[in-house]
Amino acid sequence: MATFNLKINGKTQEIEVDPSTPMLWVLRDHFQLVGTKYGCGIAQCGACTIHLGDNAVRSCQLPVSAVGEQEVTTIEGLSENGDHPVQKAWLEVDVPQCGYCQAGQIMTASAFLKSNPNPSDAEIESAMNGNICRCGTYTRIKKAVKMAANPDQS
Amino acid sequence: MTLVKTSYNRRSFLKTTTMAGGGLVLGFSWLASCKPEVQQQQVAEMPKEWFDLNGYLKIGDNGMVTIMSPNPEIGQNVKTSMPMIVAEELDVDWKDVIVKQAPLNTEIFSRQLAGGSQSIRQGWESLRMAGATAKHMLVAAAAQEWQVPASEITVSNGEISHKASGKRAHFGEMASAAAQLTVPEEVKLKEHKDFTIIGTSRKNVDGKKIVTGQPLYGLDVQKEGMLIAMIAHPPAFGMQLKSFDAEEAKSMPGIKDVFQMKTFEDDYNMSAFDNTAFKNLVVVVGETTWQVMQAKKALKVEWEQSPTQEAKMQIFGREMNVRFPEGLEGTEGHNETLAQQGKITQEVARKDGDPEAMFKKAAKIIERSYSCPFLAHNCMEPMNFFADVKADEATLIGPIQTPEIMEQSVSARLGLPLEKIDIQMTRMGGGFGRRLYGHFLTEAGVISQKMKSPIKLVYTREDDMSMGVYRPAYHAYYRAALDANNNLIAFHVRAGGIPESPLAANRFPAGAVDHYLAENWTVDSNITVGAFRAPRSNFIAGAEQSFLDEVAEAAGKDPIDFRLELLKKAQEKPVGENNDYEADRYAGVLELVRDKANWGQEKAGMHRGVSAYFCHNSYVAQVLDITMKDDKPTVEKVTAAIDCGIVVNPDAAKNLAEGGAVDGIGHAMYSGLTFKDGAPEQSNFDKYRLIRHSEAPKEIETYFVENGIDPTGLGEPPFPPIMGALANALYKATGTRHYHQPFITEKQVVG
Repeated sequence: MATFNLKINGKTQEIEVDPSTPMLWVLRDHFQLVGTKYGCGIAQCGACTIHLGDNAVRSCQLPVSAVGEQEVTTIEGLSENGDHPVQKAWLEVDVPQCGYCQAGQIMTASAFLKSNPNPSDAEIESAMNGNICRCGTYTRIKKAVKMAANPDQS
Repeated sequence: MTLVKTSYNRRSFLKTTTMAGGGLVLGFSWLASCKPEVQQQQVAEMPKEWFDLNGYLKIGDNGMVTIMSPNPEIGQNVKTSMPMIVAEELDVDWKDVIVKQAPLNTEIFSRQLAGGSQSIRQGWESLRMAGATAKHMLVAAAAQEWQVPASEITVSNGEISHKASGKRAHFGEMASAAAQLTVPEEVKLKEHKDFTIIGTSRKNVDGKKIVTGQPLYGLDVQKEGMLIAMIAHPPAFGMQLKSFDAEEAKSMPGIKDVFQMKTFEDDYNMSAFDNTAFKNLVVVVGETTWQVMQAKKALKVEWEQSPTQEAKMQIFGREMNVRFPEGLEGTEGHNETLAQQGKITQEVARKDGDPEAMFKKAAKIIERSYSCPFLAHNCMEPMNFFADVKADEATLIGPIQTPEIMEQSVSARLGLPLEKIDIQMTRMGGGFGRRLYGHFLTEAGVISQKMKSPIKLVYTREDDMSMGVYRPAYHAYYRAALDANNNLIAFHVRAGGIPESPLAANRFPAGAVDHYLAENWTVDSNITVGAFRAPRSNFIAGAEQSFLDEVAEAAGKDPIDFRLELLKKAQEKPVGENNDYEADRYAGVLELVRDKANWGQEKAGMHRGVSAYFCHNSYVAQVLDITMKDDKPTVEKVTAAIDCGIVVNPDAAKNLAEGGAVDGIGHAMYSGLTFKDGAPEQSNFDKYRLIRHSEAPKEIETYFVENGIDPTGLGEPPFPPIMGALANALYKATGTRHYHQPFITEKQVVG
């Protein structure tokens, strides 16, 4: 057990936990931030994607001890009122079916658009390739990412 | 105008009505729990009082309406589309509607089950009736108060009005009086042409919660004092628990207990939905998920081979003997079995005319075999369930497609009467048939009962993928006879599987060929199987549609023309009895897709395949376009034509059709679960391939046949045929036919 001060969604919070605990379970079990989903536990499906600073990372493979001073953003903290351009585009396109993977998709997409605000289709596919959607909403996800990048053109 | 008899339990209804007449139906806590939905709908104010008009809906004093969505939501969008049907007949403005997941209540709701693409089809009448009944009562209340004939009153968008007197009221003003009326014996339903909500696209009612990460799923359930439980099961089918040493695991931080559990009592007669290979498990219970995961790894368990087991299973009221032979099975052996069984004469399921005589005098015979592997459902949300079992009652919360059926299993196992068991449905992170089989509810119940504590049972992805209830491995052998004029004169299918056959003997092309033979076979296995999105069709459609493509080619005919010729015959002069499709609707989707895809006018470098299938009461035809680059295929476009009758929520229906196509391409191309010495060789997404973004079609277009027929389902029908369209397009693109799924393992596709 060790004590960590974590910056999560703009708030600093203290936690005492086994240092090897992945952030996925710290968020879900200790902070009740259940928007970050468990899908595979081995960084293969992307359901657990969060932002560490500006980067999209798989929280199931990120031990709490590796976070340090970096800002953690989860789907709950992506925007104040659920009005991040990516979230808005997701609603506009009505992307979700079961919806379980979508928080991870949105976290990957929002970090990607920050680094590449005007991506090509191929760049979107490549950036999103690590996020599995079992319901097969891929064509809508691509449409929503494009809409979020260019809200006026859609 | 349609007049329907209402079918409510009037006695229990009157009880509710009396309560409603007393004023406040439900207390403040209920209103509070409703708040997030209100924010989501951006409705300004909550009503001060709610009035229960029937189990499906309540009306607030300000005109807001809460509609209960009766069926489990697995991503098929019933939580939006079922309430739309109620709202249509009620004539309420959709923006004044709050949707809530209904409780499990078999007195009010019928068939609270997600399966067989039946929610909309079988719910259609009762949902309309619920809305129409409430509207009838609101109108009757207004008629009484205004002293005017009810027949002169009109309702629109939640407003009741009487033209002659100029009187107007919103639903909320009449709700209290309406709630005190007796439920009518008969109600009028709307003409289809008067629909204003059905047939218009409405967004997912949980959309905002999904994109903001609010708790919705079973795995998100958290309760005061809740512990986390995980199970350890045998590593291979054909094995069972021998002994275990929990000393180290028990001493680890946060661990509360480690024990052995029987999912069912020995003398329990399992139902088909209790199906599980492993009924004797080791359980680890602790404070947090990570702690329990670590302790599970520290368990020292000895397994041993299990003997042959025979079980009596209740399958829809029928008692059937199911045999699970001993031994450690493998994919190599399975493949030999499939090929072998496909070569020998099997039990005849249907025979028309004299197929053998026709094959003897045929000018041309085409003979092909197809196969597919076991598949794991791989819902993105692994199996899980919350249980809080007390001495005299139990609450279970989580993702389950068959709550009504599992309530009985839980009742039998925990020794509690049905009425003391409350099963609450959460939104599900996928179903695909896997969550029809709810042994995990019983497991959660037993663990909570033993721990005397609320617990949440969580499967790891590895547990989820290696615990069984798979899509079976199937095989189909086909033979077709053409005469000298390239007419199809005989057709033969011999289909089977381990341990279930995919044969649908009465489906097309049965009824379209004078001489037809269908044979059926199965081979027992100790690997458990269950329904997987469009069970049986999910293989046989692709096999049959690939084969027909090859027969059309041998006959020198266009593949769509060839199918239409057969369908014309099936319509005008059907062969045999019990043909399980309507030939004109089947032909209709082929004609529509031919038109919409500009069939025959594809650009250079574009390779197309077509396929059409009927299952789960809906008709789907798809054209799939492929381009090749560096010997690698890219699916450029899928064009789909669908006949599912009235489309309740068009954009959501398109979403399902898109997902079905992506899912079908993915499984035919990439997915497979293989076994060695009884153990699955893939247990996570590093080895088990699911389709990813870059492999999905670049574009999907969906068109619906408009025929005003009562709606049928769409969760399954777009999934099976696309596999045939893919195989047929790949042939055009590469010159090689693909017979064995997943196609990616066949060299030619890899390039």
